[in-house]
Amino acid sequence: MALGPYASFIVTSYALVAAVVLLLIVWIIADYRRQQARLREIEASGVTRRSGRSAADTR
Amino acid sequence: MTLTDLANPTKFLALTARILPGLAGVTVILLAIGLYQSAMAPDDYQQGATVKIMFIHVPNAWLSMFVWGVMSVAALGTLVWRHPLADVAAKAAAPIGAAFTFLALVTGSLWGRPMWGTYWEWDARLTSVLILFLMYLGLMALWRAVEDPSRAARAAAVLTLVGAINIPIIKFSVDWWNTLHQPASVFRAGGPTLDKAFLWPLLVMAIAFSLLFITLHLAAMRNEILRRRVRSLQMMQASRVSFTSETGGGSQATASNEIGAA
Repeated sequence: MALGPYASFIVTSYALVAAVVLLLIVWIIADYRRQQARLREIEASGVTRRSGRSAADTR
Repeated sequence: MTLTDLANPTKFLALTARILPGLAGVTVILLAIGLYQSAMAPDDYQQGATVKIMFIHVPNAWLSMFVWGVMSVAALGTLVWRHPLADVAAKAAAPIGAAFTFLALVTGSLWGRPMWGTYWEWDARLTSVLILFLMYLGLMALWRAVEDPSRAARAAAVLTLVGAINIPIIKFSVDWWNTLHQPASVFRAGGPTLDKAFLWPLLVMAIAFSLLFITLHLAAMRNEILRRRVRSLQMMQASRVSFTSETGGGSQATASNEIGAA
């Protein structure tokens, strides 16, 4: 696959899209883990939901 | 499961837990197919290999407008139907939409330099998309500036609906004004003008990026629901501490330890 004289523009475009999409995925996963950890921490201190179910339970 | 059922955050979380792994799997497979087709697509007779940038630029450009459309429907859900998850959906979509818009602008710029001889031109299409990007950033700033989520939701919903006027301006800017940007070549009266060798990779990538958006959006909505649960429980915790200090500690009402679903 030859990319011709403008290969740097093509490669930069794809690399940038990959980087931003990966950043979004990592940010969302990290945010999920952070919220779960904070919920467990609060529940461990004795504050619970009215339903009695764990607030960290997503199933 | 109906839309009314999904108004229950607990049911929504259960649904996302079930469908997210499968959705992510299909997205990865379609992205792999789309990238392979993009790599194997022939060079364009005018653009050469630079046409490959279109396979990522166009899906990002479509999604930049589609995500604002999703947020506009969610804004109606907040203001008109008062659906409990509407503002969650709107808030979760904004950063993802901003990312797609940023990628549309940058990849378009990287295509423009070799093809137009310039990274940027203040023409109607480029400028209106830049305004869209700034509106995404403004919405995100608004959500962060107002602490109470329900107050922030109403203000953000109004701003989203006002900003929706920019979507048809972006779409038809190439028809209404004399711009450097080429007119529509896929969604147009009379059918696509693209050759199938370019149309198929483009459509596969567009579907793959749309699934990517749905996957990320559902995951971000799940995070937002959990964040609101954290906030509710923290407020509960704070009121407990305040109650204890006022009554001098000792026994606390058990009921005040509990809180409903966020």
